Amino acid sequence: MNILLFGIVREIIGTPVMDISLEPDVRTVADLKLLLVKEYPRLAGLRSLAVAIDKEYAEDEQLLEGSSEIALIPPVSGG
Amino acid sequence: MLIEIVPHIDLARVTDYLQSPESGGIVTFTGAVRNIANGKDVTMLQFEAYEPMALSEMEKIASRAQDLWPLQRLAMQHVVGEKRVGEMVVVVGASSAHRKAAFQACQFLIDELKATVPIWKKEFYTDSSVWVAAHP
Repeated sequence: MNILLFGIVREIIGTPVMDISLEPDVRTVADLKLLLVKEYPRLAGLRSLAVAIDKEYAEDEQLLEGSSEIALIPPVSGG
Repeated sequence: MLIEIVPHIDLARVTDYLQSPESGGIVTFTGAVRNIANGKDVTMLQFEAYEPMALSEMEKIASRAQDLWPLQRLAMQHVVGEKRVGEMVVVVGASSAHRKAAFQACQFLIDELKATVPIWKKEFYTDSSVWVAAHP
């Protein structure tokens, strides 16, 4: 499954798009965040880290399966 | 409503759009690149957006403003790319029969944009750079 990365998260992970395989223990938004923070500890230092599913902010308990686009949203700073 | 992500702010396009025969008050807020941040000289800002989601979040904000105030028209325009000191980076605007609703809606539009729309800026100084608001 492809995950879109932006801003500081793109720099920490080092690519604009990453491909992860959905293992049985990675089902929800919270599972995904846990997995990524374990692999990229610098993500834990961010003020916040949100996940968008199909271009909508997602809750921690939301399931990843069936979504067509997932994105990591670091703290926004437009304006 | 006029909702756009653009390489350059077009203020005339926004103010033209906001005009209507019923609108006695037209308010716009424009944000520009400031020369100093955190006590350092800013040389440039770089903006990036998750465009489809940013547009849909901006539409949601504008719809909420429409529910909160009696408005004729609403506009939000934000840039992506590199911007130098003094250049405009965002404009929001609202038109209403009277000024009060338009002023209040404008404040709401920019506050909400800054809080929820997936757009990011990296600030470049003479000797370093930082993603704004990324860390506590």
